[in-house]
Amino acid sequence: MKKQAKFGVGISVIVASLGFLAWLGYGESKTYYHTIAELETLKGSAKSQRMRLGGTVAPGSIRHLSGRIDFVLEGEGKTLPVSYIGTDPLPDTFVDKSQALVEGHTGPEGRFVAEVVQAKCASKYEAAPGGKGGAAPSATERSGM
Amino acid sequence: MDVFGSFALVLAFICAVYAFGGGIAAIITRHPLLVKSTRQAGMATCCLIFLATFSLEYLFFSDSFSIAYVVAHSNRDLSPFYKIAALWAGQEGSLLFWSFLLAIYVFSVLVTYRNKNGELMPYVGVVMAGVQIFFLTLNNFVENPFKALGVAGANGAMDLVARADGNGLTPLLQYPEMVIHPPNLYSGYTGFTIPFAFALGALLARYPGEKWIHLTRKWTMIAWMFQSMGILLGAHWAYAVLGWGGYWGWDPVENASLLPWLSGTAFLHSVMMQEKRGMMKVWNVWLVFITFLLCILGTFLTRSGVVSSVHAFANSSIGGWFVGFMGIILLVCFGAYFKNRDYLKSENQLDSIVSRESSFLFNNLILLVACVAVLSGTLFPVFSEWFTGNRISVGAPFFNKVNIPIGLLLLFLTGVGPLLAWRKTSTESLKRNFGWPLGIGVAAGAIAFAFGFRQFYSWVCLILCVFVASTVLLEFYRGAKVIRARSGASFVASALELTMRNTRRYGGYIVHMGMVFVFIGLAGAAFNRDVQKDMRLGDTLKIGPYTLVLQGFFTEPEKNYTAQRLLVEVLQENKPTMMLYPEKRRFSTTDETGTMVAIRSTLQEDLYVVFAGTSPETQLPVVHAYLNPLVKWIWFGGVVVVFGTLVAMLPNRRAVLVLSAAQQPAAQPVVHGLPSSVTLREGHD
Repeated sequence: MKKQAKFGVGISVIVASLGFLAWLGYGESKTYYHTIAELETLKGSAKSQRMRLGGTVAPGSIRHLSGRIDFVLEGEGKTLPVSYIGTDPLPDTFVDKSQALVEGHTGPEGRFVAEVVQAKCASKYEAAPGGKGGAAPSATERSGM
Repeated sequence: MDVFGSFALVLAFICAVYAFGGGIAAIITRHPLLVKSTRQAGMATCCLIFLATFSLEYLFFSDSFSIAYVVAHSNRDLSPFYKIAALWAGQEGSLLFWSFLLAIYVFSVLVTYRNKNGELMPYVGVVMAGVQIFFLTLNNFVENPFKALGVAGANGAMDLVARADGNGLTPLLQYPEMVIHPPNLYSGYTGFTIPFAFALGALLARYPGEKWIHLTRKWTMIAWMFQSMGILLGAHWAYAVLGWGGYWGWDPVENASLLPWLSGTAFLHSVMMQEKRGMMKVWNVWLVFITFLLCILGTFLTRSGVVSSVHAFANSSIGGWFVGFMGIILLVCFGAYFKNRDYLKSENQLDSIVSRESSFLFNNLILLVACVAVLSGTLFPVFSEWFTGNRISVGAPFFNKVNIPIGLLLLFLTGVGPLLAWRKTSTESLKRNFGWPLGIGVAAGAIAFAFGFRQFYSWVCLILCVFVASTVLLEFYRGAKVIRARSGASFVASALELTMRNTRRYGGYIVHMGMVFVFIGLAGAAFNRDVQKDMRLGDTLKIGPYTLVLQGFFTEPEKNYTAQRLLVEVLQENKPTMMLYPEKRRFSTTDETGTMVAIRSTLQEDLYVVFAGTSPETQLPVVHAYLNPLVKWIWFGGVVVVFGTLVAMLPNRRAVLVLSAAQQPAAQPVVHGLPSSVTLREGHD
């Protein structure tokens, strides 16, 4: 019994501390998926969460300004002005009418402030490079190690 | 040729169904002719899949732009090298490629054991045929790669059309590694089918003893090796092509490839418990089942885009098939387990917390926790939506927070585990084995700290890397010393002799050493730096010890694309060192762009220069430079891991020396038909 107890304690300590770390990481990086239309219906704290929205880049809306890039996302008949404030260059696939995912927070005056932009060219519907990469559209995201 | 290919696929499906159904009949009736005919049907299935795959390649090479798949993924100017890779550029071809690689494994197994293990093989054959049926169903009826292009004709019937040229291969794939990365990764995914088939077969057949483990060891190692190479090549591809300066982003597709690697690594270790001590039988069987399921899940995640697609809910037609298949596998595994679980009774109990067994136990536990963490993080969007209605994703901080400590714990066990004795380790032996390595590790840590090293995790990693490397080197040193004392050969020759006598153990050490190198490289990431600048001709940009000078800006048309190339001179301490040529490529057929990163790689650091496009305000080229320390160690470590795995697969050389009985215990009992080499001390494989 004593031996099993030792193992039990060891295992629980490891699992519990890793669980705690996981919880911390979750709090730091959780991101809610919403559609552009849903954004208007969000209330209270839900509005300030980190979120991820998808849509189509409105043709001719991309404007490069100093320190940020503005564009408009369209989806479900609604539009959303977005400011991209990340430092990484936008992916090659980010052009008019491309499908884009933006990650960030809602900012003042209904403008969405994005830290990460992913884009996929509309002409290339197949998401499919073998093995990997295809499902991972080019992104500005710099994460990992 | 497309008709030929389609036909071969249909026939392959029929043969696989026969191999499956006939196999079950053969198990029930035990009729030798039926056994033989189902085995041959299995081989025929494989050959037909080979033919179908070759005919698709033929269509690529003959520029057959009447076939939808060829149009979508190739064009006339595409180099032959990439026409091979175009096979797996899309959904249909990738699934055919899965069948193709699986067929190579299945064929090899059927041929290797055609006259052996007569009790077990029919079961194994049935399981393999079952898996093949699933993929052939997809190939034939869901995602057929041989579909011709058609338009509705005047009379309502479809007319076949041929295009003059194809759409070309996506630029992301036009990179040499993309030709070798998917085959490696897919060989890993498919390869785990073989241990799965043996484990399930043995359980169903109640096949006596640990023989299935001995039979599958090499197959598991082959699959594991390919999986390792696939993951690292993928990381290298992401590093060199995507141009964001990193190699791992915890992207769902990357995670999908890591999952079976984690559980497969756990399996490779825990089978030793079963071989040596008859323990953890249930655990091992389930580890194989889980590894195989994770392979299928990985293929599913990669192919369906269920998690990461830009269309948040893009459902491709194959999703349901994969979920159904995984459900069936789980049902069969549970069924077989509950029916025959008494066959998996453990023969021994854990004796001590400081023992080889417990180190394996912790190794398995930690690998599994990593697996669960990565899996739950990857599938979080899917599950959160089921349970709460909100689709929530987690990002890199989540994965890093959990997996960095896990990695370090594993690294620690890598050093400790192999030197602990089975059952119980004495304090005396702990001192002898770990005294020096621990001292050297701590000393290295102290020196690094004194020199201002303050990144906690990297610092711990450094200490552990030095510690593990010392234990491994000490093992080689001690073993070689014994041989040298007797044979008088040189030290290197003695170490080589030592390795060849117990390839499994010393090959394993080499793999561990490779992992140490990988960890050294990973630890470097804490010190990454980057700068970005719009540059005029002659402008300079400083990063670390380097100064970059923009010397030129060219546009050059190439066969398949137009390249915009920067000419960047690199100065180190004001001395010209080299030229780098980062470029952007615009592909003519698709109007897509690709980035070619210029990397100067040394063991110390990578200078990574990206041409990040032209600034819209200043119309100047934007140069983004990264300084990533130690990255090269990761790729080097990968090569060492593969080398070690290959060594571990070699048969042992017989010890030719007569060893004095006083110092050496008698040779170990014969393990899986090969005389194992001399034991040098307690507690070794």
